[in-house]
Amino acid sequence: MSNSYILKRVAYGLILMLCVVVLNFLLIRLAPGDPAVVIAGEMGGATEEMLEQIREEYGLNKPILTQLAIYIGNVATGDLGESFFFNKPVAELISQRIGPTILLVIVAQILSIFLGVFLGVLAARKPNGVMSAFVSVFATIGYAVPVFWTGIMLIILFASVLPIFPVEGMQSVRLRDAPWYVQTIDVAHHLVLPAFTLAVIYLAQYARLSRASMLEVLGSDYIRTARAKGASERTVLFHHALRNAALPILTVAGLQFGNLISGALLVETVFNWPGMGRLAFDSILRRDYPTIMGVLFFASAMVVVANLLTDLSYRLADPRLRGRT
Amino acid sequence: MSTPKPTPQKAPQMPADTTDAATDAAAQFVARYQAESPAREAWRMFRRNIPALVGTAMLLLIIGLTLYGTLIYTGDPFDIVWAPHEAPFVEPDFPLGTDYLGRDLMAGLLSGGGPTLAVGAAAAALTMIIGISMGALSGFYGGWVDNLLMRITEFFQVLPALLFAMVLVTLFSPSLITIAIAIGVVSWPQTARLTRAEFLKIKELEYVTAARAIGAGNGRIMWRVILPNALPPLIVSATLTIGVAILFEAGLSFLGLGDPNVMSWGLMIGANRDYILDAWWPVTFPGLAIFFTVFSVSLIGDGLNDAFNPKLRER
Repeated sequence: MSNSYILKRVAYGLILMLCVVVLNFLLIRLAPGDPAVVIAGEMGGATEEMLEQIREEYGLNKPILTQLAIYIGNVATGDLGESFFFNKPVAELISQRIGPTILLVIVAQILSIFLGVFLGVLAARKPNGVMSAFVSVFATIGYAVPVFWTGIMLIILFASVLPIFPVEGMQSVRLRDAPWYVQTIDVAHHLVLPAFTLAVIYLAQYARLSRASMLEVLGSDYIRTARAKGASERTVLFHHALRNAALPILTVAGLQFGNLISGALLVETVFNWPGMGRLAFDSILRRDYPTIMGVLFFASAMVVVANLLTDLSYRLADPRLRGRT
Repeated sequence: MSTPKPTPQKAPQMPADTTDAATDAAAQFVARYQAESPAREAWRMFRRNIPALVGTAMLLLIIGLTLYGTLIYTGDPFDIVWAPHEAPFVEPDFPLGTDYLGRDLMAGLLSGGGPTLAVGAAAAALTMIIGISMGALSGFYGGWVDNLLMRITEFFQVLPALLFAMVLVTLFSPSLITIAIAIGVVSWPQTARLTRAEFLKIKELEYVTAARAIGAGNGRIMWRVILPNALPPLIVSATLTIGVAILFEAGLSFLGLGDPNVMSWGLMIGANRDYILDAWWPVTFPGLAIFFTVFSVSLIGDGLNDAFNPKLRER
């Protein structure tokens, strides 16, 4: 893989992020009312001094293009403004919350891809078998269930009927001072339900997709060759077929990342997971716009990074694409 | 698939000349298949698809209940009419019980479907309008137009849809119209990509060249020649878009970003979520309602997909 290709992709990602910043700026300007009041938060009851301070900081008395330049400059230096609710810089608030969100999203993504592909491969072995029917039905149901409702149903189940998983938060208060390995297990224990809830929708989609993709590959000549030379069924399925069937799955996994973050927003709210989604929800209720815009910026940045990684791993997985720019 | 053979009785009988009879039968056979338009053929396939028919019946029932249910089962869903948390299937006057404030859940369920379905349909329509326009222009003109529109599409795909919709709804005060617009604005990119792919494929076909040869302009070729031929996959995608839009509306109302003065299924779940450990029913019934609505829509979508692509049925 050539370095110039990577550089080009990174530059493109940065341009996309610049566009997000411009969009944030436009959204604040387009909102009805005085932008200074909007930034201060309508529920905050901002004093005239605070408004004056905001006008000064964002240059709201200057021409609009100057304002945009100031805003971009602020973001570029890591200054995303100040949350007047928390009385803290937005960047600091988000840096506390971004970890739990990344953890939740990545674990859910891995869980859904691995389980989904596994189910899909099993189903593809017998296109008209029970497993295939199960995958189809499961995929249709998974698509139709609202993710926040799945979470609530799981909470009802695991809080009253089968209390084996915690249904709220990320850590137990009583284990705050425990050694690191106890805390890790505690977080993993808290992660089970939120991650599973988030994974269920996508799991069904990956199962359906990998089944279709495997069926297409299993019909090709080299699979017949592999079978003819006496390779075991497992080798044929997982070694020969899956490597080629994996490409469309990888593409979809990259495209799904944005949806996964949207889903995480709802799941975090349901399970009180202390991530960015929970922060966004709280901030929206308080009309804390600097924080909301900061979350939008960072969530988009996560999607840009995920797309970049997908693109690069696609090239690693498909030798035919290597060397092309 | 088996097709009923043309009945020989109806063919003109000319036993003296067998070649004529054979030509006749062949002509009739050809006529039979020429007479069937693609839409009619798709309908014939759809009619035989049992899950799709079940989905259609289910959706019609849900639409009927939300349109006419409140005429028979009257009562304001916001009124406090009974003790809080009455269990379902106990009190005949309140068949589904009451919520944490003592509001009738049956009334909420019947009147809450209307906004959800209306917003879902309006948002899906907007998604299709934006997506098809962007995709069609992009695929048809190519070059810098394609480049520009596809960059815009990619930009919108980078923004997490629900978060962006939340921001839009909060900035412009929540109402059914703002919500529908917000959902439409965030969810068109996939439709645009699909339309573009179809236009790229179809614009190279001979009948498009033929249309140009007889003097059809760009607009006519795009909307009257290419678009009708690109419709089958777009109709399927529109069905799925309705399902996604309904889930979106439910998610926003659940978060409390819906119109607070309009009862909706998502709002019912959101309002009752703090009390789920005291009473399971106020959140369970609206959730089931959302599920069955989206499920029926997706059964119809799958059925349409099979009907338009008979070849895919073997998979």
